[in-house]
Amino acid sequence: MAMIRRNAKTTEEIALGIRRRVFEHAMHNNGGYLSQACSSAEQLAWLYNEQLELGAPTLPMIPKPFGGVPSADNPTYHTGAGYNGPERSDLDRLFIAPAHYALVAYATLIEVGRMAPEGLEMFNKDGSSVEMIGAEHSPGMEVHNGTLGIGFSTAAGLAWARKRKKETGKTWVFMSDGEVQEGQTWEAIQCAAHHGIDNLYAIMDVNRQQCDGAMSSVMDVGDIKTKMENFGAVVVSIDGHKLDEMRDAVAEKHKGKPLIILANTSPFRGMPTLQRRFPRLHYVRFKSEEERAEMNHDIARALGVDPVDYQGAH
Amino acid sequence: MQKTGIQMVSRPYERAFEAYAMAHPEVLCLSADLTSSCEIDKFRDKHPDKFLSLGMAEQNMLSFAGGLGMAGFRPFLHTFGVFLYRRPYDQLMASIAYPRRKVRLMGFLPGVTTPGGMTHQAIEDISVMRSIPNMTILETGDATEVESICEAADSIDGPVYCRVLRGSVPRLFDTPIEVGKMRELALGEDVLIVTAGITTEEALRARGALEQKGVSVRHLHLNTIKPFDAKAMLDHIQSVKGGVVTLENHVTEGGIGSLLAEIMADNGVGKRLVRLGLKDTYAHGGSRGYLMKYYGLDATALVAGVEDLLGTQLGITEDDLTTARVDAVHSTVKAEGL
Repeated sequence: MAMIRRNAKTTEEIALGIRRRVFEHAMHNNGGYLSQACSSAEQLAWLYNEQLELGAPTLPMIPKPFGGVPSADNPTYHTGAGYNGPERSDLDRLFIAPAHYALVAYATLIEVGRMAPEGLEMFNKDGSSVEMIGAEHSPGMEVHNGTLGIGFSTAAGLAWARKRKKETGKTWVFMSDGEVQEGQTWEAIQCAAHHGIDNLYAIMDVNRQQCDGAMSSVMDVGDIKTKMENFGAVVVSIDGHKLDEMRDAVAEKHKGKPLIILANTSPFRGMPTLQRRFPRLHYVRFKSEEERAEMNHDIARALGVDPVDYQGAH
Repeated sequence: MQKTGIQMVSRPYERAFEAYAMAHPEVLCLSADLTSSCEIDKFRDKHPDKFLSLGMAEQNMLSFAGGLGMAGFRPFLHTFGVFLYRRPYDQLMASIAYPRRKVRLMGFLPGVTTPGGMTHQAIEDISVMRSIPNMTILETGDATEVESICEAADSIDGPVYCRVLRGSVPRLFDTPIEVGKMRELALGEDVLIVTAGITTEEALRARGALEQKGVSVRHLHLNTIKPFDAKAMLDHIQSVKGGVVTLENHVTEGGIGSLLAEIMADNGVGKRLVRLGLKDTYAHGGSRGYLMKYYGLDATALVAGVEDLLGTQLGITEDDLTTARVDAVHSTVKAEGL
């Protein structure tokens, strides 16, 4: 199988492509996780196009249907990690901690040539492995993360084990800021610091949004950077839409500690019309045909594409 | 195909909770970042002094609710059922169940009623709750039961876990929940079918076809799973010539199938029991109709269970079953997001 060539496209092009695909999908389906694409496109594009050392995919470009859950009677069961390439000591691993970003993660896989565009058409279809809330059998996923706050702990355990086994590959977690409301996130950071797990890296989409609305109105979390530092991480806070800041941040020295990059982002980035739906951005379903048409026109123009012909879609 | 003509009710919980909470000063509304998903967003906006946003921090929410209970409040906790017991199990035991706090755990999207996959599907909640001393378990099966769940739950002198249906809910019954009293929906003499929650509607779909094939069905609907009136159930078991079939939106271990097995074994009943439900497996993400078919929780599976019990093929086809309702995953009555 051909190696995936990184930088075949620029990271900026990939980020734009992610937004376009998620936008087109949302138009066809009368809604979707649009704001997550706006806030996280640069982070996922940067991870896959520049940062992660990954091998070529080991699973088919067009995802297989759901193949059953893990059980002793299901010997052919496998996760979706093969879209990130083989498991190898010198290669990196990635966890998408907020499984609600699955749509954006799938769009990223397509943009970087790891999944066929047909994969996105299977999103949330009965019997498909391309699930709405990323499951561990979904493309690019290796564990279930739909119950928020468990991702960083899993990554810390894996990273510790890889260090013990003298593996050189890094373990990365893409996180979301809502997760810091869960106590487990803090247990994970203190643990990673205590055990000196410095082959562990996270980039957190700090978009200040959660299901109920703005985090400040649901459960304010205060100064995440200072709190994380107090729990033992090395933390760099950046503009999450500026790739140069990501490139600089990852070079930060963090011997004996995990490195967490706080990517401060806008949930409307690239789709300014979405601002009208603030503060309910978690899952944007269009309220009327009028709004759908207007969003279609405005967002298409902002993304430099033609409006989506969604007649005949539901 | 027959048409059911069942009335659908939109968001029955939303109205019922507001009416109940406003009539009872000690009732508080707690939410864990799933406010509109649990149909309490209007309540939050209209009655902010009775609403507490606890964020995605369930361990804290459960012990916090225990503290509210100590001061005489009766908090209603709203989130998906799965988030009320998996992560905060320790807090559920120590802060709520042991000291018998009057905490009302309103668990939405029970079993496979959510497309969110394993992490969102409460498939073993009844099993967990049944084994917790002091816990009461209620389950809603139609709009009338959803409308009466707040009053029923709040009548419990201790903690209570409720499986609550949301969105568009069929109206099957015209009387409210009476805690501890099962609904006798048919009093036939061949086979006893016991259902709860969404599986009752499936049994109603299958019953007509079974009767047409000459099977006399006794059908009971449970809205109170714990505590349980074993004596009343025993009378029903002894009233049928054949055995018992249970169908539940839950794994077949620890739920109503196990409940029936315990009653039958405790009383030395020498009849067969066919337990239908999720068979020692997790589910995955998909629409409710698809999941019920895939995992054998629907009317077709129930017919097969009755055939197994009777040891005969009845020749019932899909067309013989009363029409199923099909809800779009993104239907307008469904609260946004997961």
